[in-house]
Amino acid sequence: MTVPLAFLDSFSGAFDFIFSQRESFGGGTQVGGLGQVWELTLEHLKVSGVALAVSLALALPLGVLLGHRRTGELFAVAAGNAGRAIPELALIALLVAFVGTGTINVAIALAVLGIPPILTNTFVGVHQVDPQAVGAARGMGMSELQIALRVELPLAVPTIMSGVRTSAINIIATATIAPLAGVLTLGDFILARNVYGDEGVLAGAILVALLALTVELTLAAVQWALTPRGLRLQRTEASA
Amino acid sequence: MRDDPRVRVLLALVAAFALAFGIAACGDDDEGDDGGGGTSANLIEENPDNNGVAVTVGSKNFDEQFILGEIYAQGLEAAGYDVSKDLNLGDETVAFKALADDEIDAYPEYTSTILTSIFDQAPEDVPGDAQQAYEDSQDEFDQLNLVAYPPTPFSSANAVGLLTTTADDLGVTTISDLEGKSQDLVLAGSPECRQRIDCLLGLEQNYGLEFKQFTPVDIGLRYEVLDKGDADLSILFTTDAQLFTDPDKYTVLEDDKHVLPAGNVLFVARKQTVDEAGPDFGDTVESVQSNLTLKVMQELNARVAVDKEKPEDVAHDYLVEFGYVE
Repeated sequence: MTVPLAFLDSFSGAFDFIFSQRESFGGGTQVGGLGQVWELTLEHLKVSGVALAVSLALALPLGVLLGHRRTGELFAVAAGNAGRAIPELALIALLVAFVGTGTINVAIALAVLGIPPILTNTFVGVHQVDPQAVGAARGMGMSELQIALRVELPLAVPTIMSGVRTSAINIIATATIAPLAGVLTLGDFILARNVYGDEGVLAGAILVALLALTVELTLAAVQWALTPRGLRLQRTEASA
Repeated sequence: MRDDPRVRVLLALVAAFALAFGIAACGDDDEGDDGGGGTSANLIEENPDNNGVAVTVGSKNFDEQFILGEIYAQGLEAAGYDVSKDLNLGDETVAFKALADDEIDAYPEYTSTILTSIFDQAPEDVPGDAQQAYEDSQDEFDQLNLVAYPPTPFSSANAVGLLTTTADDLGVTTISDLEGKSQDLVLAGSPECRQRIDCLLGLEQNYGLEFKQFTPVDIGLRYEVLDKGDADLSILFTTDAQLFTDPDKYTVLEDDKHVLPAGNVLFVARKQTVDEAGPDFGDTVESVQSNLTLKVMQELNARVAVDKEKPEDVAHDYLVEFGYVE
């Protein structure tokens, strides 16, 4: 009986940590509270946002190009899988050793993690667009670029966005280790246990989870807004 | 597309590659060279009375702790005790809990860590002198039914380090010398350093220093940031292998105001174990640690961190070199 009670206790301690400042574990300074939470959340969002933007800028055009030409399947899938196999902590350590610390370097390291799901999903999404729709567009006299941007891309939105969402979650979760490379994100609460105490560690975990959920829901809304109405209708009918 | 055999082959290749890479990374070479001949004065004699007395030695989860754990464990084994090892116990809260719960009988812990983390003393109250700190904490050990042995000669403490070339340019040898210069300098340290009195907070509050910037980094990168020029100053540890292998490259600034607390090691044991184990236990512990000077500890750390030798072998060589075992 004591175990679940202790669990609840540390949970309420974690929320207390989030809402009010307290003396640090080792003493000498004030930590926690909404002020610091806000500061670290902003930094977490900033580095994650830059990383996601870099991932999108690189993976989306490449995925559309390869998907449209229906070539490079090996590359798109292999890059996706190889990217997932890279240990992020090692990558960040390597980048710090060779490039330096700071937001940009960490964002690049995180982008390496964010590119694979977007690249693979964009390729697959564009690749699997109904050839008849593409044929019809071509018959109407659309250029290849128009076909890619106005037919294939919109029709691939649900698949692409699910890649973007995976990528965003990966990036936000991994940005937790950014304080080891000069960027103070919410991971600081988790990494510096001997400053924030166990309650700070738990608070950090809760905050990162909440942030990931919030971003996931936001992107789901973006996906809904971006999906062509025709596809939306199709889905509703299919599920009905 | 999912059923394309080419994709499956490729996936298998990638998986095999990742696996092979992982296995290769796990391998390590352990060529050990034996130290010099021993002197018989230190020789630990096996006492048959100790046979059957079970002692479990623990340690925390990093190289220096593994080496220390091995030295004490192998020393006690030579004295005839039935020693088992439970090294790699995580941080001090885990190790100390293991001690309190009777999972281990003893482990080496740093003076400053015991006083601040376990006895809840304010870091600024920790004496700079290890012997003083050791004597002051006797009552607290007693209340917890623990026995602590006198501190090791070496102290493993935080230190402010920089490239020797930078130190020469700035003309600094002590931390106080940074006054008036620190506002142009970038200091790197572990993330928690910011809010710790035995780290950045102490430098700010007790030395009155203000830095241009504090860059949090993984402690594994504490020399890389200096080498790369990402930071002018970095929080190092006095027992670092790099200070042994590259003594001229890096300079450690003297802590002239004694802000960074004493980090000598105390071997902490359960009182019950000590009573059962008899006098050889304490004698062996104090004897094997008596040659652990800062230079020796740096060298032992270097052999593990740089030469990739096993802590077990390095500890054995130390015991042979100083004549504890043959």
